[in-house]
Amino acid sequence: MKTRSFFNKDGTKSVLSTLISILIGLIAGALIILIVGLVDDKLGLKEAWKGIRLIFFGLFSKGQQAGRLVFGFNSTNIGDMLFRAVPIIMTGLSVSLAYKTGLFNIGASGQYLAGTTAALFIALKMNTAVVAPWIVWILAFFGGMLAGAFWGAIPGMLKAFLNINEVLACIMTNWLAANIVTWVFEGSGLQCTEGTKTQVIWKTSHNGVATAKMGLDKLFPESQQVDGGIIVVILIAILIYILLTKTTLGFELKACGANRHSARYAGIKDKRSIVLSMAIAGALAGAGAALYYLSGSTEFHWQTYLSLPGEGFTGIAVALLGACNPIANIFTGMFLSTLDVAGSKLSFFTEYNEYITDVIIAVIVYLSAFSLLIKTWLTKKFKKSDDGFRKIPDVAYTSKSGQGDKLPNAAAAGKEGNA
Amino acid sequence: MSYLIQQTLIYAIPLMIVALAGVFAERSGIINLALEGIMIFGAFIGVLFVHLCQKYGVFELLPQYANWGSMQLFEILGMVASGLLGAAFALLLGFAAINLKADQTISGTALNMLAPAIVLFFVRIIANQEELRLYKGDAAEWFMVKKGMLGLEAKDNFVVNTFFNKFYLATYVCILLFIVCSIILYKTRFGLRLRSCGENPQAADSLGINVRRMRYSGVLISGFLAGMGGFVYALTTSNCMSNGDVAGFGFLALAVMIFGNWKPLNIAGAALLFGLFKCLAAGYSSIDINGDGVKLLFELSKHPTWGKVLNPNFYRMLPYLISLLVLAFTSKKSRAPKAEGIPYDKGQR
Repeated sequence: MKTRSFFNKDGTKSVLSTLISILIGLIAGALIILIVGLVDDKLGLKEAWKGIRLIFFGLFSKGQQAGRLVFGFNSTNIGDMLFRAVPIIMTGLSVSLAYKTGLFNIGASGQYLAGTTAALFIALKMNTAVVAPWIVWILAFFGGMLAGAFWGAIPGMLKAFLNINEVLACIMTNWLAANIVTWVFEGSGLQCTEGTKTQVIWKTSHNGVATAKMGLDKLFPESQQVDGGIIVVILIAILIYILLTKTTLGFELKACGANRHSARYAGIKDKRSIVLSMAIAGALAGAGAALYYLSGSTEFHWQTYLSLPGEGFTGIAVALLGACNPIANIFTGMFLSTLDVAGSKLSFFTEYNEYITDVIIAVIVYLSAFSLLIKTWLTKKFKKSDDGFRKIPDVAYTSKSGQGDKLPNAAAAGKEGNA
Repeated sequence: MSYLIQQTLIYAIPLMIVALAGVFAERSGIINLALEGIMIFGAFIGVLFVHLCQKYGVFELLPQYANWGSMQLFEILGMVASGLLGAAFALLLGFAAINLKADQTISGTALNMLAPAIVLFFVRIIANQEELRLYKGDAAEWFMVKKGMLGLEAKDNFVVNTFFNKFYLATYVCILLFIVCSIILYKTRFGLRLRSCGENPQAADSLGINVRRMRYSGVLISGFLAGMGGFVYALTTSNCMSNGDVAGFGFLALAVMIFGNWKPLNIAGAALLFGLFKCLAAGYSSIDINGDGVKLLFELSKHPTWGKVLNPNFYRMLPYLISLLVLAFTSKKSRAPKAEGIPYDKGQR
């Protein structure tokens, strides 16, 4: 009986269905590697086997000795993984918060760009000889956050006042941001003038501004990139969790997402709530950009008008994979940045390239679109094995609706997924 | 002026056909957010088809057919190939949305992420760089039709210069297809049935229409048109090159579709408008509007005060700005198919 109540918990089912999605995604990636290896005669089975091992264990790769891969604890990889998780956990939180309040924030890319621009301008334009660098850092961080909030509030207002679908408004504001950012940086005089790198903006460390390491460089001594950003991110994730589950504001936002009209009937200002949740979502994405570029070790390619930053879309994967739970997003973000590290190892040590990790991520997002189905399937699975006479109503339900979505557990899960 | 019209058509036609692709899916009740992804995938397949045919010397094998006419046939074969595989790619969306009743926005977003990833993965393996180009020559040299080929070199009037010189057959094929598809959607039994599934699937089902089959047809036609549109875009605007990106064209097509209120004629108008803006962004420096040799827009962009606003950055963001404004003003009037985005459930009333 004890195992049954454990497996019947909604959280357990969410985690299990996430793990199943991840596993299927990884296997799909491995299969593509295997098939390409077999078909392409310059790759072969040996190369494919190397690739598959790197996909699963790339984080623990310690390089190559005499053509053989060596695995073990690698502090560079883990430090880099933590650093790369920073922006995608933040965009993930952004998408999660919007999703929990009934909005699909596909505009995290644009908000991310807005945050990048504001943070870089403040960090590079302020005179650090007059103002202490740490104050500049804080100003730049909040500047990025505000810019993101502003950019997120635009589709929010369009949705609230003009009833324009937020997905479309977000897509348009994304490309607007991509063009405006190029325009703004073109005449900014912030382009890096060192060597041949005219395509990038100065690192913020050029002006003496960089995120504090907070002791993480002692933990992962070989990683150049790891810094206190990840600690800030974890704190923000906890704050968002508290906001959504323990505060009146969070409840109002969620209620408005569940049903705008009944929320208004209950005395909640629905328009304000929609704008506010998009603004908070935008602030989170903007803060992610600020944390990434204020680290002092990253360069920004300012000609963005032809492509959007991938962080916004990876954020969707982070959010959906973590069932839009802010705490779960920390782990899913780290998992996706682990894949990112594995991808760079893959392109370094084999003839394959890092794009296979994007394929895996896309497969996982695709699967998470019907995670409810996996959950329902899990429900049936455990009920059948635990409780014999429950079998009959189950079958009756599923044969009627085809999907079994009338089961009480799944219905609860469905509400949570849609909310 | 001829140049302006030609360039506008080059940008407007892919937009138009991809927006129509969106209409087919949405009219059957499926939100196709994956237009961008399907375009990227279709562009890759078409370019790969041409690349491989050139590599294995299909035309060297049959020298007696190596003239410009058979090149056009070759181009149409590429369009068909990209359309068919685009439809196959769209099946992923159909399967998730129809069989598994998944969230259509999320599965569409997933396909938008999947397409560039898979395209770039294979492009890197095949070409060992970030983009797949033609095996030899460029698109204009292989596929562009010039007036000399049609025996019109002596004629030098406006119509010939605009519509029968330096064009791609694909542009006209797409216009024809657009008309045919619009007629199918509005004037045939199949079209009526398809549209009924997007408005009230329960009622359609009660009259004996197979909703699942209709929705699958909608998604498949949508995938075919979008995949083909992707290849036409790559062929006519980016020299038959595939790099896992169509610069947001699929999303713009989505805006065109909504702007056009899900109706073909309005969509054609909206696509021409957007095509004009895209054309301004791409070629503002060489457009001579009234033919007096003064390139007005280029002069303006160099002007000390006007140039601050009317520069390439401004023209590039214009389509997005306009579509946002238009959406803001027309949102009250816009009427989406009623049942779009809602998985069909037989038991629901």
